[in-house]
Amino acid sequence: MSRGYEEERLGAVLRILRPAPQGWIEAAQELPGARRALDDLVARAESDLEFRAAVLADLEVALEQAGVEPDRRAISWLEERLGLPPQSV
Amino acid sequence: MSRLSTLTDAELVERCRAEDAEAWNELVERFARYVYAVTIRGFRLGEQDAEDAFQEVFTRVYTNLDKLRDEAALRPWIAQLTRRVCLDSIARSGREQPTGDAESEEGRDVIAEIDEAMAVRDAMTTLPEVCQEILDRFFARDQSYRTIASELDIPSGTIASRIARCLVKLRDELEGRNAGRPESG
Repeated sequence: MSRGYEEERLGAVLRILRPAPQGWIEAAQELPGARRALDDLVARAESDLEFRAAVLADLEVALEQAGVEPDRRAISWLEERLGLPPQSV
Repeated sequence: MSRLSTLTDAELVERCRAEDAEAWNELVERFARYVYAVTIRGFRLGEQDAEDAFQEVFTRVYTNLDKLRDEAALRPWIAQLTRRVCLDSIARSGREQPTGDAESEEGRDVIAEIDEAMAVRDAMTTLPEVCQEILDRFFARDQSYRTIASELDIPSGTIASRIARCLVKLRDELEGRNAGRPESG
């Protein structure tokens, strides 16, 4: 940065970085936990055919039971991990 | 301010790699505004696409953190990831890139402004906490003098002068940093 800073310009620069929506931040912060829960769920589905069938029967319920919010992103993750074709939303 | 907000980017990366949940929360907090600004202002993604891109950036950061060779290069790495994710989003949507998109000259100026704003926020972290709060609430959160005064328990009549003093401190900090930097070009 080679330009000098007048107070007015500093104010304008500070306005550029507005807070992201809190829900977005919280969802991103929950990623590691969700990822671990999903890994466990997929590992169990790979070793237990009955459990896999239950998961495939209702992905949303499976996610909820694993403690993961069954939003579009989580469902798409799970489909990918289970090798399912993505559903059109 | 989080307990970990004084950690360097490299220290933060190290802690995240050790699966420190608090460090991951701090990493997201530290870069959330940047990623948000690039998606919304830089690439002008719609709300839904911007949210998807935002989550995708942090998913890739989390997944690939072990592959980052230089821990201190976290910021440019996230900048590059964000740019790539936004371009992928535009390609998927089949949207043409209008003037003002990040790939255009005007768009590059917007990204440069966002990078500059990150540098200013970085300098802001050296100010007293009350200054950081007042400047952020007034400029980035659009809070009124009355709200700032009530939430920080400060007399309302002193807010304007505090803002002015904090801006001077911030300017001095930035000029001090620039003075120690070689002239470019």
